[in-house]
Amino acid sequence: MRRPFWITLVLITAAYLLFWFLLIGATADFGTWDAWTLTVMKPEIRYAVGLSLFTCTAAAGFALLVAVPVGYLMARREFRGKTWVDAALDIPIVLPPMVVGICLLIFFQTSLGKAVETVLPFTYTIAGVVLAQFVVAAAFAIRTMRGTFDHLSPRPEQVALTLGATDLQSFRHVALPAARRGMLAAFCISWARSLGEFGPILVFAGATRMKTEVLPTTVWLELSVGNLDSAVAVSLAMIIIAVLVLVLVRSMGERV
Amino acid sequence: MISLENITWKAPGGGFGLEEVSFTIPGGAYAVMMGGTGCGKTTLLEILCGLRKPGQGRILLDDRDVTHLEPRERGIGYVPQDLALFPVQRVAAQIAFPLQMRGLKDDQGMIQELVEELGISHLMSRLPDALSGGEKQRVALARALAARPKVLLLDEPLSALDEATRGQAMELLRSLQARHRLTVLHVTHSASEAAALGSLLLRLENGAVTGGTK
Repeated sequence: MRRPFWITLVLITAAYLLFWFLLIGATADFGTWDAWTLTVMKPEIRYAVGLSLFTCTAAAGFALLVAVPVGYLMARREFRGKTWVDAALDIPIVLPPMVVGICLLIFFQTSLGKAVETVLPFTYTIAGVVLAQFVVAAAFAIRTMRGTFDHLSPRPEQVALTLGATDLQSFRHVALPAARRGMLAAFCISWARSLGEFGPILVFAGATRMKTEVLPTTVWLELSVGNLDSAVAVSLAMIIIAVLVLVLVRSMGERV
Repeated sequence: MISLENITWKAPGGGFGLEEVSFTIPGGAYAVMMGGTGCGKTTLLEILCGLRKPGQGRILLDDRDVTHLEPRERGIGYVPQDLALFPVQRVAAQIAFPLQMRGLKDDQGMIQELVEELGISHLMSRLPDALSGGEKQRVALARALAARPKVLLLDEPLSALDEATRGQAMELLRSLQARHRLTVLHVTHSASEAAALGSLLLRLENGAVTGGTK
């Protein structure tokens, strides 16, 4: 009697995965090896790959630096207005990407934003690419870190306090080592999320070749001049990188 | 000596609480506290070691008011029911933790002495996942004692042990208390455990403590 129920669930899962494999398969089948090598050899594409690797790593690193303390606070402390803080932390996740870019652009037109830019220019610069990737990636990293700390019992940290540790020592020597899997997952998720970021970067950092061009920008630029082969080749490269990150997260999650 | 004076605590959102709990445990006594599930025994231990702040009242340890001191400043060892071993630290690191936190070195071989006393020298390189229930309990005790506490709080320390191991564990607790001159407050549901170990029996009921010496 239970069999049809489970068979239905399996069919839904299989249909969903098949849909994705068909999408990726069609994209892979579209391009040729020659087009792919030709695209990869272009200096602007190689620049975009290098810049993407750099900015994604920087954005994911900054996201983790913010996510660990924020996630710990949200998981361990009860305070008035926590529900609202929790909702506010999710704003970058629910905002349309273009809107995030517009918000960044407008902020750096205010007097505070202009003052910041006298020290470190963000608008239409590589630092702007990192910032645009960071604002969205950090929200995902915070979610991941909060989930990690929620699943860890606070009891060992409390016992550490009775053994002579300060709050900071308890966090540093007990909570952080226990959360290392979650930290790795948060970094990888932020990294992958940053790799796919396009809207905020286009609006805030621009799409200038050999300057602020990252891989999603390349796909868009190549498409806009009708160079479908290059756009597909870069898309395939991004798919491969995304799958590699996924595999890395899964394997590390089991081993670390 | 542990002395609680009119300790009051209310659970967030109301309902469960402790009402003006007062009792004294003489220095060097082995006190056993019993009480129904959810009556506040664990909360009381957490208030004693500073993990919860009481609404009102005072806590005195050897006539020193520790009510407003941080847990690390109280000189209390705490072994919770789940033992709370640090999940990714090896046994050696767990036991050395109190010295590490205070920036001290084990010049007098205190750790080695403790390890031998508790019979866990063969476990030093293991992670908590690779320990049995009895071994975990010994490691948790060694870790608590490495902080050189005067007071030891034990929250149902024998509940996860089988009948055979429980007898040995009770013997161990008795000898540790005598050798380290500890004042112990041991929380349990087991009347036989209380009878075997306690020199002072306490009962927590309806938010108040009653009891006396055996």
